[in-house]
Amino acid sequence: MARRPIEFRHNGEEKAAFVADGQNLLDVLRRGIGDLTPKYGCGQGTCGACTVLIDGLPHLSCLTLAESVAGRSVDTVAGLANGSLSPLQEAFMDNFAAQCGYCTDGMLMAAEALLRANPRPSRTEVVEAISGNLCRCTGYEAIINAVLAAAERGGVRRAG
Amino acid sequence: MPLTVETFATFAEAGRAFASARDARFMGGGTLVMRALNEADPAFAHIIRTTDPALRAIRVAGGVLELGAHVTMAMLLANRDAAFLAPVARVIGGPQVRSAATVAGNLFAARPYGDFAGALMALGATAETADGRRMPVEELMRPGVARTLVGAIHVPVPQERLLFAKVSRVKPKGVSVLSIAALLPKRGGRIEGARVVFCGMGPHPMRAAGAERALNGATLDAATIARAAAAATEGLEPADDALASAWYRREVASVHLARVLKEAR
Ligand SMILES: Cc1cc2nc3c(=O)[nH]c(=O)nc-3n(C[C@H](O)[C@H](O)[C@H](O)COP(=O)(O)OP(=O)(O)OC[C@H]3O[C@@H](n4cnc5c(N)ncnc54)[C@H](O)[C@@H]3O)c2cc1C
Ligand code: FES
Ligand code: FES
Repeated sequence: MARRPIEFRHNGEEKAAFVADGQNLLDVLRRGIGDLTPKYGCGQGTCGACTVLIDGLPHLSCLTLAESVAGRSVDTVAGLANGSLSPLQEAFMDNFAAQCGYCTDGMLMAAEALLRANPRPSRTEVVEAISGNLCRCTGYEAIINAVLAAAERGGVRRAG
Repeated sequence: MPLTVETFATFAEAGRAFASARDARFMGGGTLVMRALNEADPAFAHIIRTTDPALRAIRVAGGVLELGAHVTMAMLLANRDAAFLAPVARVIGGPQVRSAATVAGNLFAARPYGDFAGALMALGATAETADGRRMPVEELMRPGVARTLVGAIHVPVPQERLLFAKVSRVKPKGVSVLSIAALLPKRGGRIEGARVVFCGMGPHPMRAAGAERALNGATLDAATIARAAAAATEGLEPADDALASAWYRREVASVHLARVLKEAR
């Protein structure tokens, strides 16, 4: 199958990858450049585990044609921690917002998108922001509390 | 069969390729096309797309809001001129879907999707096609219409509020059991030219002719609302799916229409 080269910014670093016709971004991130933080849950847009930011907006990487990110910025959980965990990640730990952890990377990126655009969201805005992400373990309350706690602590500013 | 994706720099080139390859499918934001590709749906073996920036333009001219085909729900929500469409754009999927889902893609989304298309129909919007035609969105929805590539959508800015309600089981982002969009222009205190559209009550968004008949020439009082609600499902063809049965949809459609109309009083 024909493969074509693309270049994009991944967590602030220039990356190049070969993509096949129709290949999705999730596959290229995981298998092409080895970033295993976005997760494969459904491949249908239903679970949100594959959420990444493209030019700052939350997107489902499983429903994103990989070649469409050429020249754009893709941010994943791998870029959140900078030596130490980000305030958002810390708030997830402190509030027991992860149990099995499968949804966590997608939840973190959905919350990251919210806090970048709206550093002091209301509870309703947090619920709305994570409405595209399924969690089968926590019952969501702990996640909502974690995002609100992160906002109180200064949101997405990097720790360390 | 190997999958081919062809990307063109301009919409005109994509239009020519689309016209000459009868088997090709167009990709907008890809929320549904990528799903089909991930499932290796054989109906999607040849994809055409374009990166033409003109398709992402939003502008108002002469009382008409012009939306490029690739305008996303998120772009609409960030644009003041499109504020009258915000209540609809806000409930299309979750935030991630809204970052990618395009206005033109919504016109071709199979049921129960198409909430935005229903609103466009209620607003009397027209679509501009790659071969330079202008056709009402309503016509585009009709079964058997020729395969069409849409470049832009023209939405007359309404004088009155667009009434809209999406009924879903999971909140806030569940898929529609049904949705209702209605525009009730008035002349001399009476409704004239009502447009009431149901999404999820047929193979594509459909106008509720019975409800419109009950509304036209009347004032929006309790008796009119009761008559419109009673005639709500006339001519509609809901289907069974995983979300609701056709029977259930028929039962609740009139209740939800009555609520939408009461709220408009
Ligand atoms: C998790 C999830 C939730 C969703 N929730 C909703 C919802 O609440 N309401 C709703 O209405 N929809 C919903 N959708 C469906 C879909 O996201 C939207 O309908 C969206 O607007 C489709 O646009 P797109 O650009 O992603 O379409 P694409 O996937 O790119 O295309 C969809 C169809 O439209 C055709 N098409 C696209 N652009 C054009 C064009 N310019 N001219 C001609 N044909 C074209 C394609 O060939 C294809 O057949 C949901 C989808 C997912 C995955
Ligand atoms: S894997 Fe992308 S939404 Fe589930
Ligand atoms: S922690 Fe298990 S799915 Fe969310």
